[in-house]
Amino acid sequence: MMLMKNQIIKLAGVAMACAVVSACDADFDNPISGNTGDPGTADLSKFVTIGDSITAGYADNTLYLAGQENSYPAILAQQFAAVGGDSNFTQPLVSDNLGGLLINGTQVFDTRLVLDLTDPTSPSTVNIAGTPTIEAIGSGLNGTTFSNMGVPGAKSFHLGAAGYGNPLGLPDAANPYFTRFASDPATASIIGDAAVQAPSFYVMWIGNNDVLSYATSGGSGVDQLGNLNPATYGANDITDPTVFAGTYASLVGAFTAANPAVQGVLVNIPDVSTIPYFTTVPYNAVPLDQTNADALNAAYLGYNNGLLAAQGLGLIDAAEVAKRTITFVAGQNAVVIDVINDVDITNLTASLVPLPSYRQASAEDLLVLTTSSKIGTEMIPGNPATVWGLGVPLEDSDVLIPSEIAAIEAARTAFNATIQAAADADTSLILVDAEAIMQEIRDTGIDYGTGAINADYATGGAFSLDGVHPTARGYAVVANKIIEAINAGFGATIPAVNPGDYTTIFVQ
Amino acid sequence: MATNAFAGGYRVALQGQKALGMGHTGVAMSDSSESVFFNPAAMAFLENDYDVTAGVTLIDSVIKYQNQAANVYAETDNPIGTPIGLYIAQRHDEKLSYGLGIYTPYGNTVEWEKDWAGSHLVNDIALHAIYIQPTISYKLSDDYSVGFGPTVVSGTVEFNRNLTTSLVDANGNRSNVTLKASGVTGIGYNIGFLIKPADDISVGISYRSKVELNANNESANFENVPTSMQTTYFDTTFNADLVLPAELTVGVSYNMSEDLVLALDVNRTYWSSYENLDVQFNSAAGTSYNPRNYNDANILRLGAQYQMGESLTLRAGVYFDNSPIGDGYYTPETARADSTGYTAGATYKISKRMELDFSFLQLVFDEFNGSYDHYDQSGTLISFGGDYVSSVTTIGFGLNYKY
Repeated sequence: MMLMKNQIIKLAGVAMACAVVSACDADFDNPISGNTGDPGTADLSKFVTIGDSITAGYADNTLYLAGQENSYPAILAQQFAAVGGDSNFTQPLVSDNLGGLLINGTQVFDTRLVLDLTDPTSPSTVNIAGTPTIEAIGSGLNGTTFSNMGVPGAKSFHLGAAGYGNPLGLPDAANPYFTRFASDPATASIIGDAAVQAPSFYVMWIGNNDVLSYATSGGSGVDQLGNLNPATYGANDITDPTVFAGTYASLVGAFTAANPAVQGVLVNIPDVSTIPYFTTVPYNAVPLDQTNADALNAAYLGYNNGLLAAQGLGLIDAAEVAKRTITFVAGQNAVVIDVINDVDITNLTASLVPLPSYRQASAEDLLVLTTSSKIGTEMIPGNPATVWGLGVPLEDSDVLIPSEIAAIEAARTAFNATIQAAADADTSLILVDAEAIMQEIRDTGIDYGTGAINADYATGGAFSLDGVHPTARGYAVVANKIIEAINAGFGATIPAVNPGDYTTIFVQ
Repeated sequence: MATNAFAGGYRVALQGQKALGMGHTGVAMSDSSESVFFNPAAMAFLENDYDVTAGVTLIDSVIKYQNQAANVYAETDNPIGTPIGLYIAQRHDEKLSYGLGIYTPYGNTVEWEKDWAGSHLVNDIALHAIYIQPTISYKLSDDYSVGFGPTVVSGTVEFNRNLTTSLVDANGNRSNVTLKASGVTGIGYNIGFLIKPADDISVGISYRSKVELNANNESANFENVPTSMQTTYFDTTFNADLVLPAELTVGVSYNMSEDLVLALDVNRTYWSSYENLDVQFNSAAGTSYNPRNYNDANILRLGAQYQMGESLTLRAGVYFDNSPIGDGYYTPETARADSTGYTAGATYKISKRMELDFSFLQLVFDEFNGSYDHYDQSGTLISFGGDYVSSVTTIGFGLNYKY
C-alpha cells in the first residue's frame, strides 16, 4: 500500500516537473540544427565556375536576375560559404526579372517566358510584358572579373576565344552576354578571365551547346565531324570530338597552370532526349475525323502513286515505299514531315519521278517544343489545305530525325569520354554525371524528401518554360548532386539545400 | 477556445480534471459529474443531489519536423489551447438523474511557419467542435444503471494551405487557399452502462457515436493566384465532410481500500471512418482529394486515486495511445506517432460543497520517420516526409460544487 502511494506521488512529481520547467520538451535524437558541415579536403577558399547558359542560371529562355541568384553556382557558393569557403562569390547580375537583352539600345532577345492559363485547356507561353533594359555594351561590369563565368550560348571552343565579347563582332561573331561582363570585351577570353582569378576550386560544365544548338535547330546545322577548324563552324553545327578534346584539355590546363593545386568538378553532357524541348510534342498528336482524313488522303494520292512509280523504275524499294506512303485515318495521326539528310530516304527530287522527301513521323523522331504552336495551324491563314503537319509538311528544323539524333549521340558520347578521362587523369578533379541526373529526372523523377520534380513540361518542376534550361528548383537539385559528389570525393560534409525552397515556373 | 491534436488524430482527451489525473480513466467511476461525459450511466450513482464541475485545460504543444537529406527543420508555433468542460448532474429521485455536459473532445490547432517546406499540405489549421449533451441516467437496480444523452455538435474549422508545391503570383507570393466553415452542426449520442458486481468494483461501458459535420457552401478564399489562373481559382464556396469518430470505452474501477481507488479503461476509437478530407469547390477549381485512411486505434489507460486525509486527494495515471495513422499517411497537421501519457492530479476540498481540481499531463511521443505519399500534383504523387517528434504538456484547473 505504501509502495503504491509512493508511486503515485512520484508520477505526479514527474508530470509536474515537465509541466513547469518544460524539461521534457521533445527533440530529435540526431537534430540537423547545429550541423555546420565540413569541407573535408576540398579547398573552397576561391571558387570559380565556367560554362554556358546552364552555369549562368539562364531559365525561361533568357537571363534574368532571379535565375542568376538561383543559379547552381550561386547555390554552391552559398553552401560552400556555410562551411568556411569563399564568401565573395560574384556574378554579373542583370538588373531585373524581365530578362531579354539590348545591344546599343536595340532589343535582340525577348523577355522571359511565363505561362498563360487564361484558358486552362490550352495553356500557352508568352513573353512577360515589359521592355528589356539589360544592355550588352557599356553595362558597367567590364574591367573586373566575376566568379561565375557562365556565358549563355558558349560552346567549348568559345571559352578559349580571345575577343569573344568584342562589340565589333556583334551580333553574330561575338557573344553579347560576354560583352556585358568581359574584363576587356575586345581581347578577353572566358577561360582567361576565369583562370586569372587562380581559383582553388572550380566547376566546369561545358559542351552542352556543342550538340544542343544543332539539336534545338532540328538538326538544321552541319555535323562537323572531321573538320578541325571551329572558326569555320556555323552556329548550329555539331563540334568535332577531336576539337572538343583538344579544347577541353587546354581549359583544364589553364586552371592547373594558374594554380597547380587547383581542385574541381567536371560535369558531363546530358542526352538531349532528356529535356522536354524534345519530349513534349508527340509525333502523332493530330486528331482527324473521317472526312478530313479522306480529304488529306486524296491530296497525297499523287505523292503516294509517285512512290509506286519510283519503285517501278527501281529507284526505291518496297520498304521505302511503305515508309514514305502517307495515310491518314480517323483518330490520332502522325504528322507529315519534310525530311532531308535522312540516310534512310532516297532523294527523288531530281529523279524521273520528281518527288519531295516526305514521310510521316514515327516514334523515333523528336519534334521540337515550338511545333506545339505550329502543328494544326494554317501556313496560309484561311486556307485549310495548308495546315502544318497535315497538308503542309513540317520543316527540317521542326524535327530531329534518327540520323540527326545518331550524329548528336556520337559526338556527345565522345565528349563525355573526354570529360571522364580528364576527371580520371587528375586526382584533384571529380566527375558529376549530369547525363545520369537528367535521365533520372526524365525516367522516374527525383524525390528530394520534401517534394519531387520530373521532366514533364511546365508541370514537372524541373524544367523552365523554354523546355531546355532547369528551373531554380531544378538547379537546386543539380547543386545538391554536385554537393553530394564533392562530399564523396573530398570527404566533405557540405549541407544540401531544400529544393522545395526554390521556384519553378511562373504563371502570369 | 483552441485545442490541439494529440496522438489520436484530432481527438483531444482532456474532458475532466479528475479523470485526467488518473490517466483519463473514468468509465467505471461514479464520483463526479464528469461522468456526464465519461459514462452517463454513472450519473445515477453520484452521492450528491447536485453536482456541477467546470474545468479548463491549458495545452502547450509542439511538433518538430526535419528532413536530413533536404537539410530542412521546422517546428510549429501553436497557440496555447484551452479546451473546456462543464458538467451538471442533478438527482431527480432515487432512480433517475439528469444532467448536461458541454465539452470539446475534438480539436486541432497547428500553426507551421507560412510557406514552410510542407506548406502545400498545411500552413495552419484550427478545428474546434463543441458538444452539448443533455443526459438522463436511470438506476435499474442497486447495482446496475444506464444513461443516455443525445449530442448536438457545432464545429468550426479554418484551414490554410498553399495551392501547390511551387505556384506563385507575379510578385513571388505563394498561391494559397483558406477554407473557413463555422457553425457546422451534427448530431450523435452518448450511451453508457454501469454495473457494480461487488461493493468495491464497478464496471462501465460507454459508447459515443460518430458525428458527421457536413460543411456546405462554406467560404473558400484564394490568395496570390496568378492573374491568368483567376478564371479557375477565385473566391468561392466549398463542401466538405469531417468525421468525428465513434469511441467505445470499457473499464473497471476497484476500491482497493478506503483510501485507494484503481481504474483501468480501454478506449477504441473508430478512426477508420476518417477516410479523407476531400474538399469540393463549387467552381471550376474542382475537387481537392486528400486521402487519410486512418485505422481504428486503442488506448490503454491506468489510473490511481489516493485519499490523503480529509481535504486532499492525489491522483496519478499513465496511458498508452496508439497512433491511428498508417504508413504513407502522416500529414503535418496530425503527424504523430504512438505516445505515452503521464498524468497527475489533485483535488483540494475548500469546503463541504466546494472543491478545487488540478491536473497535469505530459505526453511523450516516439520520434518517427514518416511521410504523406498521397499528394497529387498534375497527376504525379509527390511525397512529403521526414522525422517528426512532438510533445504535449497540459495543466488543468477545475471547480466542483455539490450538495
